[in-house]
Amino acid sequence: MTPNSSTSEAIAGPGEAGAPIPAAPTPAAPTPAAPMPAPTGPVASTWEIAVTFNEISLSSFGGGLSAWSREMVVARKKWMDDPEFLSAMTICRILPGANQVNLAVFVGTKLNGLRGAGAALAGLIFMPTVLLMGIAALYAAFQHSHAVEHVLAGFAAAAVAMTLQMVWKTGRTTLTSVVPVLLFAATFILSGILRWPLWGTLLITAPFGIAWAWRRAHKRINARTPAGAAP
Amino acid sequence: MTLTLALQLCSVFGVTSLLAFGGGNAVIPQFEKMTVQVYHWLTPQQFTDCFAIAQAAPGPSTLIVSLLGYRAGGLWAALIATAAMVVPTGLIVYGIARIWDKGHGEKAFRHAFQDGLAPITVGLILAGGMIVARHAESNWMQVVMTLVAAVILCATKVNPLIVAVSCGVIGYVVGA
Repeated sequence: MTPNSSTSEAIAGPGEAGAPIPAAPTPAAPTPAAPMPAPTGPVASTWEIAVTFNEISLSSFGGGLSAWSREMVVARKKWMDDPEFLSAMTICRILPGANQVNLAVFVGTKLNGLRGAGAALAGLIFMPTVLLMGIAALYAAFQHSHAVEHVLAGFAAAAVAMTLQMVWKTGRTTLTSVVPVLLFAATFILSGILRWPLWGTLLITAPFGIAWAWRRAHKRINARTPAGAAP
Repeated sequence: MTLTLALQLCSVFGVTSLLAFGGGNAVIPQFEKMTVQVYHWLTPQQFTDCFAIAQAAPGPSTLIVSLLGYRAGGLWAALIATAAMVVPTGLIVYGIARIWDKGHGEKAFRHAFQDGLAPITVGLILAGGMIVARHAESNWMQVVMTLVAAVILCATKVNPLIVAVSCGVIGYVVGA
């Protein structure tokens, strides 16, 4: 399994935050590697958002929509990083409604406010809705064809494979020490094997996860403060 | 397309969407009850067909509501059903996303929230993948295909679309 390779990356991961570099070139240096995007201005045009979500949507026949969302939003467009995207996913799961629709609205809102939300939603559902109307008509003619069944089975296999790939990719960046691996395992067991509902699963795991990340962040801040500084 | 039907569509899909905690597929049983048993817009077999089509077709599987609406009253009914399903919950998400994005003062908590939820979400994704894999009537051929495709996707930078189409073709060739 992955824990070993992940753990070795773990040590490199937090290091990027700047702590272990012995003589950090003046902490006040104008933001070395973190150019903060202006919080107000739109990050992407409505057209780009709509086209991107249209592409996500049309790529996802057979399933794998969340994997495609990550592929485009995090890997290709770099609109969000993994922790931000993953936590948005969970927020969208908690809220009522279809997860993928919610996620598109969430990402669109972050990128360009209400217009972005509308663009993402339209991009996600317009073409598939049109396609579905067409498929519904054709399906009546072909529903007893075994060929259609076999092709769909192939697509389903690819969709599960994409989900596994997403677990691999996001796991490598987030499961970087013992606690996250335990949280991951506990969540998988509660939700996937014991089939607990989402709320029950999160009620158990989320407080531990947030408390762990909170403590870790404070340790990092303390480690970074020079010895003489006020606590 | 009567006003009565429009109101029925709004109530069935709009109200149900607001109760859809835990994702769109969690309300499939409720849709079945309302569209098949209460309003008789479809037969049980037609409902099952709609579910299969919506799962396989591109886009969110929640668009099953378009198909159900289409069966209930044609194109306009499909559009009303779809809007009723996505607009109310979309507005809620928009509001939450604005609040979430505006929370500048609580940056530390926000980051802790994000970093703490990330590994949990990975667990949820794996659990979801396993449940879907179990639902698909899988034979050993499909399991092999899934694993090979997953290794290819993880190890190479090949476009996932090529992998998906290849799987469809292989499914067709092997099944034929």
